[in-house]
Amino acid sequence: MAKKPDPAGLNSRLLRKPIQRFGWLFLLPTFIAFCIGFIWPFMQGIYLSFCKFNVPSDAKFIGWENYVKVFKDAGFMNAFKNTTVFAVASIILINVVAFMLAYALTQKMRFANIFRTVFFMPNLIGGVVLGYIWSLIFDGILAAYSTYLTADPTYGMVGLVILVAWQQIGYMMIIYIAGLQAVPEDMLEAAKIDGATGRQTLLRVIIPNVMPSITICTFLTLTNSFKLFDQNLALTGGMPSLMIDGAKINTTELLALNIYSTYNISKNYHGVAQAKAVIFFLLVAVLAIAQQTLTKRKEVQQ
Amino acid sequence: MKKTIALLLACLLIVGMFAGCTQAETDEKGSVYYLNFKPEFNDALTELAAKYTAKTGIEVKIVTAASGDYNNTLTSNIKDVTIFNIGNAAALADWDEYALDLTDSAIAKELTTNDFNLYNADGELKAIGNCYESFGIIVNTKLLGDAGYELSDITDYASLKTVVEDIHARAAELGFDAFTTSGLQDSSSWRFSGHLATLPLHYEGVKSAVATITGEKLDLFKNVWDLYINNAAADPTTLTGESDAAAEFKAGKAVFYQNGTWEYAGLKEAGMTDDQLAMIPIYCGAENDAKSALCSGTENCWAINAKASKADQKASIDFLVWLVTDAEASRVYVDQLGAVPFKNCPASSNKFVADGNAMLAAGKTSISWAFNYTPNVDAWRATVVTALAAYSAGTAEWSTVVEAFVDGWAYEYGVVNG
Repeated sequence: MAKKPDPAGLNSRLLRKPIQRFGWLFLLPTFIAFCIGFIWPFMQGIYLSFCKFNVPSDAKFIGWENYVKVFKDAGFMNAFKNTTVFAVASIILINVVAFMLAYALTQKMRFANIFRTVFFMPNLIGGVVLGYIWSLIFDGILAAYSTYLTADPTYGMVGLVILVAWQQIGYMMIIYIAGLQAVPEDMLEAAKIDGATGRQTLLRVIIPNVMPSITICTFLTLTNSFKLFDQNLALTGGMPSLMIDGAKINTTELLALNIYSTYNISKNYHGVAQAKAVIFFLLVAVLAIAQQTLTKRKEVQQ
Repeated sequence: MKKTIALLLACLLIVGMFAGCTQAETDEKGSVYYLNFKPEFNDALTELAAKYTAKTGIEVKIVTAASGDYNNTLTSNIKDVTIFNIGNAAALADWDEYALDLTDSAIAKELTTNDFNLYNADGELKAIGNCYESFGIIVNTKLLGDAGYELSDITDYASLKTVVEDIHARAAELGFDAFTTSGLQDSSSWRFSGHLATLPLHYEGVKSAVATITGEKLDLFKNVWDLYINNAAADPTTLTGESDAAAEFKAGKAVFYQNGTWEYAGLKEAGMTDDQLAMIPIYCGAENDAKSALCSGTENCWAINAKASKADQKASIDFLVWLVTDAEASRVYVDQLGAVPFKNCPASSNKFVADGNAMLAAGKTSISWAFNYTPNVDAWRATVVTALAAYSAGTAEWSTVVEAFVDGWAYEYGVVNG
């Protein structure tokens, strides 16, 4: 039965026309806010990375000098290495454990909801608080072996992975649970009727179907690990700080913390820190886009 | 109802758009914007500012940013700030162009000493040391008496060592130990990587931001550090963990506690009395140990924004002069800040400041805050703390500390000036 067009309806030409014509007017406030809050500072940030400045209004253009300094900085290179190792370790650990938890908690199980809440809760605590709490825990454990958290860079890095895993597993678990619950019941039933083993069902039916969740979770853990700051600052603050081959290196420092401490050296380093931040942005952007396209290809089209 | 809300929101938006554009009108009289560095001084200073405004009609705005935030707050408000703090020579290098030359200014004429001021490379007076602090070893004289000693028994490193080691040996029997925990966590490590480090630097003769140091007097540092960690209840292998030396001292668990005059108020608040408290120099085994007084210096220097209007600059200097000359205001000022180098201020009631002054009156000389010349100070200290922690835990030799001190200094100098 064909419906008669309602001249006052939302989709009527009478209303659509002016909305179409003045659409930009409705976008304007948000667009202005976006420009003021994001685009302008971002452009200025890029410009400042080519400048020497103490306060932004005094900026003096100096070309590539800041970038040259960045690549000569052994501390930055080490932070880059640390971040890469840390990201790989935490992405694997977080996603594997989160998926396993989600899988277990979507089975018929008593108190599943309570467990979900409990696993999610660490995510609600701020990074700085977590860092201090975990530094107390690690120091307490290590004291039994007459050593301490900042005695060896390995302790600090392993500690950081444990901390971040503990914090983020619950969050990723929730995303995986949603994904697992969306796996079509009939597919699982068909697999069962065809006599698929539990393992086959998991690998051939469930995982391809939760691929969108896997995409989201790896993307989130990747960018989270690269941007990690508060936990790093509060847990070790980059310590131990050692003289290695004539250069000084904060051995447990990740990129974001390195940028932060560079800025605080003196006014001559504000531009260098800014250049590091631009490189950091490019890195995160490229990684995120590459990762996004790679995993997208594997998703099941529904 | 909905309409009213919508209207309200719309108004808010419009007002919000213009809020950023309004500027406080400045008249001939000028106004003062004081970016305060000392959180503990905030309340009293705000009250004084209100009084000043009531009296003269000149507007005084007080904003306080604690040390961790200070530089950021200053950077974002430098256009409006008229009075700000410069902590040391390195900070002066950063803010030199924003600091007015105060030579012969009205406030400079109120000073009793130029020892705490900051001068730039051209010798211009750029920031005025407005209060100073001293540190040494705080002694609980009551506990010292319980252990069978008097303050006069300690006159140099050797006598300090004897007393300390005896108390530590009898700790179980006495119920208290010699030193509080020498914590190397962030909230405490500056007492050693900053304050204690001034001794070897001072005795080496560091008087400016030099490129290299020799570390020839580091044995003095080792003398004191060994004394601290070997004569305390804390386990030297876990110094980077949580500890609270102030709480230990207040609870009467230790006789000695290295810290400064600024601790006085807190100790009084905890119920300690003047007759229980004293401050002695950090005796370190230097030749003229017996002739040295407390380590005195400051990180509190007033600078006037050179890019503010003439009227604002004058108003700011007038306000500072009033602060240190007006009978009522200067009383409050001294009570809040302890030792101040101004002619017309009353004497301080701080027991530790009095102890320090007594030493100076007896002809002893102050140890300078040579650590103020440390290049890239946070990074330099981090390496020293790492080395100290490893040395104390027994996993590194003393040479690691020397390396962190000497090579670290040269490295950081290169970073800052390279």
